[in-house]
Amino acid sequence: MAGRRATDRADLQALLAAKEMVLVCGSGGVGKTTVAAAMAVSAVTEIGGRVLVLTVDPARRLADALGVGHIGNDATLVPDSAFLDAGVEPRGELWAAMLDTKAGWDDLIRLHAPDAKIREAVLSNSTYQNVASRFVQSHDYLAMERLHELHASGEYDLIIVDTPPSRNALDILDAPRHMKEFFRSWLLRWLTVPYRSRLFTMASKPFYQIADRILGSRFLQDIAEFFMLFQAMEKGFVRHANEVERLLADPRTTFVVVSTLEAAPSYEATYLARELVRRQYHLGAIIANRVLPPSMSAKTSSTSARKLVKAAGGELTDQVADELGVSPDTVREVLVEIGTRFHDVAVVATREAERRSELSELCQLLVAAPMLDRDVNDVADLLELAAHFTE
Amino acid sequence: MPSGVDASILDRRLVFVTGKGGVGKTSIAGALAHLAARRGKRTLVCEMDDKGSLADAFDVGKLDFEPREVEPNLFAMTMNTEDALKEYLRLFVKVPFIGRVGPLARTFDFLADAAPGVREILVVGKLCYEVRERHYDIVIVDAEATGHIVSQIGAPMVIREMAQVGLVRDQTDWMLDVLHDRSVTGVAVVTTPEEMPVTETLALLERLERETGVAPTVLMANRVLPNLFASRQRVVADRLAEAMPLLVDGAGEGVRAVLEAARITDVRRQIGVGHLDRLRAESDLPILTVPELFTRATGRRVVTLVADALDEEMH
Repeated sequence: MAGRRATDRADLQALLAAKEMVLVCGSGGVGKTTVAAAMAVSAVTEIGGRVLVLTVDPARRLADALGVGHIGNDATLVPDSAFLDAGVEPRGELWAAMLDTKAGWDDLIRLHAPDAKIREAVLSNSTYQNVASRFVQSHDYLAMERLHELHASGEYDLIIVDTPPSRNALDILDAPRHMKEFFRSWLLRWLTVPYRSRLFTMASKPFYQIADRILGSRFLQDIAEFFMLFQAMEKGFVRHANEVERLLADPRTTFVVVSTLEAAPSYEATYLARELVRRQYHLGAIIANRVLPPSMSAKTSSTSARKLVKAAGGELTDQVADELGVSPDTVREVLVEIGTRFHDVAVVATREAERRSELSELCQLLVAAPMLDRDVNDVADLLELAAHFTE
Repeated sequence: MPSGVDASILDRRLVFVTGKGGVGKTSIAGALAHLAARRGKRTLVCEMDDKGSLADAFDVGKLDFEPREVEPNLFAMTMNTEDALKEYLRLFVKVPFIGRVGPLARTFDFLADAAPGVREILVVGKLCYEVRERHYDIVIVDAEATGHIVSQIGAPMVIREMAQVGLVRDQTDWMLDVLHDRSVTGVAVVTTPEEMPVTETLALLERLERETGVAPTVLMANRVLPNLFASRQRVVADRLAEAMPLLVDGAGEGVRAVLEAARITDVRRQIGVGHLDRLRAESDLPILTVPELFTRATGRRVVTLVADALDEEMH
């Protein structure tokens, strides 16, 4: 094995050392947040520098694991003690921040509003307030926007982004384009016309006639005002969205796709990996998370399982019972149960092995991490997970 | 568990199935629909995103807005905002020129993106409409994940606050009548016995009724691992490694993987039990259990197996 560890062989550590921005993607429930945190912790202990992990995890769990009281929109420094408790010395600093959609929008408005009057008008518009806290698709854009801002700040050597759970894995890639389309849409112009030029009355537009009947005019006016205010910020928003879009293709950026080896997540990971390659983005690694050891799909294991069941009650049972000083009956029951149940696990392991080889064809670096025996509670657990990334 | 109203989710007429991403919502929704149809109910099952997982669950190529009978008594559809808008305009606004509604729908798309609740109310409205018109005995919804479900089924309430007058305002009233009637509408929250899904489930339970007026009905613990050992047996199982040379001698080298498989399953089972205990401690809702299937199959086979497991739990 040692002979194969050539220096040119890609591994995740080398990837983290070579890139400045890592976008961790994948379908919901595959462990993206934990994987992102594990990569960050391992980068700080192995490579050093200032590392930031930007998460969307609203639970306190990651904050607890990192030993910080609360992770908010502003970056928080993870104390050295969190590392020292895990028996390692950090070589750099680990910072953590959480994506806050409302605060993120407010920041964008402050950045792009041409003057104080428009800024205040937008921030106090009731449609805006609803949009900012509930506009689901905007999570994706804001995650990228935040990445752009943090990278541009020049404060970090490495930024790892745990991307939001999307309805569609591609949403994150399309987010900047959607934002631009929104501002360039004729709708936005059309909707705002009655306010900019009183030559047109709302009633003259068929859209308004219908929309008015459906939505009610006060609601519509509020929305129209919101659109009008927004249009004043078009230039800034579009320029920014272009920059964010360029960031995706930046040579300093890489994507890491996380998946379990179950059917639906693997399918989505495959789709996402292919799309990244098609768009000429850098697919750095695929991480197969919570996988069973390959030995469980081996034929020799199934053979042993059958022998175990057959041997139960015979000489082997007595020998084992003797060795352990326990009742042969219990040993027999246990051996039969273990041997019989093995088939269940073997079926899953075989299926996983097949999916794993399919995924490995999509990316030069496929990393497998096993299901841990416990929940991730501290830096030591994160490091244990990360150790599998470089095996 | 007493077989009171709470457990009889299939007695409702509108059932939302939600849960954290990846816990098996679609399989559960498909299985509930299959079960309802098997019990003779004219059933509609609707997928709210256009990922196509519901089509995969029934091994049908593609589903559309127009429901399609995928099994006797069981109709499946996928939600689509533009089609929902067209239907809405035709039915309620009596817009005569439906053919020319294309550009309007695109316009609406942007409007809906910006105005929260507008898209949601159309799709929730469509579901409530099917219930009100009694086109089906039961409508089962493969709904949005825990993160989005509140804004989805809460939309009628939000819209009612925002739109002071207008047709939509009037219509939120009958939608809320459907949604807020506990004998009509139910919510099944699916989780796996893992930390994050359980945590998200508890967070949702706290918000759901307060922010939407719709009460959760039942919890479903999916992919629960079997209990391999009684405690007397576990003591022995935990020490088996001490006799490894004997076991390897008797059953071959592969016995190591066999023992490891049992250990992993048992450890994961124990962790899962802890998380389900947490769920029980913090919620009074009944919990239906669906075992880990260990099947290599996908699609219809999974739907049938899950349905059988649920059937047993609901009796």
